[in-house]
Amino acid sequence: MLVLNNVEVMYDHVILVLKGMSLEVPEGKVVTLLGSNGAGKTTTLKAVSGLLKSENGHITDGFIEFDGERINGMEPETIVRRGIFQVMEGRRVFEHLNVDENLIAGAYTRRDRRNIRRDIDMVYGYFPRLRDLKHRTAGYLSGGEQQMLAIGRALMARPKLMLLDEPSLGLAPLLVQEIFRIIRQINQDQGTTILVVEQNANVALGIADYGYIMENGKIVLEGAVDRLVDNEDVREFYLGLSDVGKRKSYREVKHYKRRKRWLS
Amino acid sequence: MTFFMQILISGLVVGAVYALVAFGFVLIYKSSDVINFAQGEFLLVGAYIALSLVVFYQVPFPAAVALTLSMCVILGVVVERLVLRPFIGERVISVIMATIGLSLLMRGIIQMVWGTETRTFPGIFPDMPVRLGDVVVSQIYLWSLAVAVVLLVVFTVFFKYSSTGIVMRAAADDQVAALSMGISVKRIIAITWAIAAVVAAIGGILLGNINGVNPSLAYIGLMVLPVVILGGLDSVPGAVVGGFIIGILESLAGGYLDPLIGGGVKEVAPFAVLLLVLMVRPYGLFGKEIIERV
Ligand SMILES: Nc1ncnc2c1ncn2[C@@H]1O[C@H](COP(=O)(O)OP(=O)(O)OP(=O)(O)O)[C@@H](O)[C@H]1O
Ligand SMILES: [Mg+2]
Repeated sequence: MLVLNNVEVMYDHVILVLKGMSLEVPEGKVVTLLGSNGAGKTTTLKAVSGLLKSENGHITDGFIEFDGERINGMEPETIVRRGIFQVMEGRRVFEHLNVDENLIAGAYTRRDRRNIRRDIDMVYGYFPRLRDLKHRTAGYLSGGEQQMLAIGRALMARPKLMLLDEPSLGLAPLLVQEIFRIIRQINQDQGTTILVVEQNANVALGIADYGYIMENGKIVLEGAVDRLVDNEDVREFYLGLSDVGKRKSYREVKHYKRRKRWLS
Repeated sequence: MTFFMQILISGLVVGAVYALVAFGFVLIYKSSDVINFAQGEFLLVGAYIALSLVVFYQVPFPAAVALTLSMCVILGVVVERLVLRPFIGERVISVIMATIGLSLLMRGIIQMVWGTETRTFPGIFPDMPVRLGDVVVSQIYLWSLAVAVVLLVVFTVFFKYSSTGIVMRAAADDQVAALSMGISVKRIIAITWAIAAVVAAIGGILLGNINGVNPSLAYIGLMVLPVVILGGLDSVPGAVVGGFIIGILESLAGGYLDPLIGGGVKEVAPFAVLLLVLMVRPYGLFGKEIIERV
């Protein structure tokens, strides 16, 4: 459904951030993109959604295809209308609008305005807590509630592909679990394809079908989730599990470092 | 007491026009961080176009108003497209210079077309004044007040409930987030300029019917600064309340203090009060509520 082929992205015409990024998201699946800070995950999502332009970023090589059509270079508005919706890092709810109004704003590109009320109810079905807060100013919601609102707002556009940028950011572990459970559920009920970027590999691999790991502007590892979680490097560097009970000697640490270098 | 009431009412009327013009100013500031120094010229253009239609082309007044407002929609959109759009992403000071340039340019064109002498609307509103108890008020004053208040209510409802209004507030809150949901921020800004030009034109038509039209009406574009700073630069209710406060103050100072001192207080009073308010509330009466959560 979504294909990135050898994509190169530059900011300000000099800062090369994506260096031959390739990735594929098949229809109906949940795919996760993992990587450390500054690897270029957010940049990848912005390249897809067309938001790079507002930061003076450009795709300088490679291409992005959605449903078999090139979408690089299109305006964000056009891309949203084609069915791709990015939930930005840090939630970005409209702080001075209330919860209902945020949802209505999310439905901006919809043609079938008659169904908006019904879909607001659907969102409240997924996030019952929001229903009680619907007249509350979004800026005063808790971080978790704002994340729910941000995902709900995306649902209002009825996208075919949802891009989620670190939905776990700053949330308590239990809430993270709940949000990821709902993400999976949305994927199953609505058939929405999902590409989720995460630092929290544990929970992301818990719901995804396929995973990519990126370092320094390109993919270094990919595979079906069950294969990834068995991979020793992933276990060590992303899941924080070394073989249980063993003491880490200095030699082992050095060994980690070597592997880490290999990864990057 | 009747003297006080007379003064209060004329202050309310002037304040209503200030509120309209300031309303447009604040909309533009909120949607695009642009300080529009040409707001007074929009008012002037509106007044002159309506006047020309009525006087030279003998268009009936309501039709003339409708025509004027449609032209002002186009004017607002075109000005934004040609003058402001190229400055997106430029520094604040460049944008300010652009709107000052725009105001000078518009004023020049206006004087070329319509000259500088005062022109008057033919008596459109009945001359017969209305008695409210002891107070005698001319009908145009009441009309002006009513029109301004109705407009402000209509826009408040529009921003609160219509989907375009909601999206406009959303874009003012977070432009990039708005872009990410397919909201065309360019279109929103164009709509904002159209609304600002229209409300200013309505203010101009009302004032023109009261005092006649000449280029000095554009001074209201400057009075809008104390109004919006008093209300809080980014607050729509602030613009409205600030408009009425400044209008009434001016009128009171003109009525009570000017005769004592021999004039000049009227012009200064709003600024004096502005200074006092800013000492207590640096962000103005309704300054932005920055929502911060930790
Ligand atoms: N607008 C920009 N202009 C210049 N450089 C940028 C810009 N945005 C991002 N970068 C750089 O690109 C690199 C990748 O950034 P990006 O935000 O894509 O990382 P990320 O993988 O999302 O990291 P994180 O997990 O911290 O969110 C970083 O080195 C960053 O400094
Ligand atoms: Mg990021």
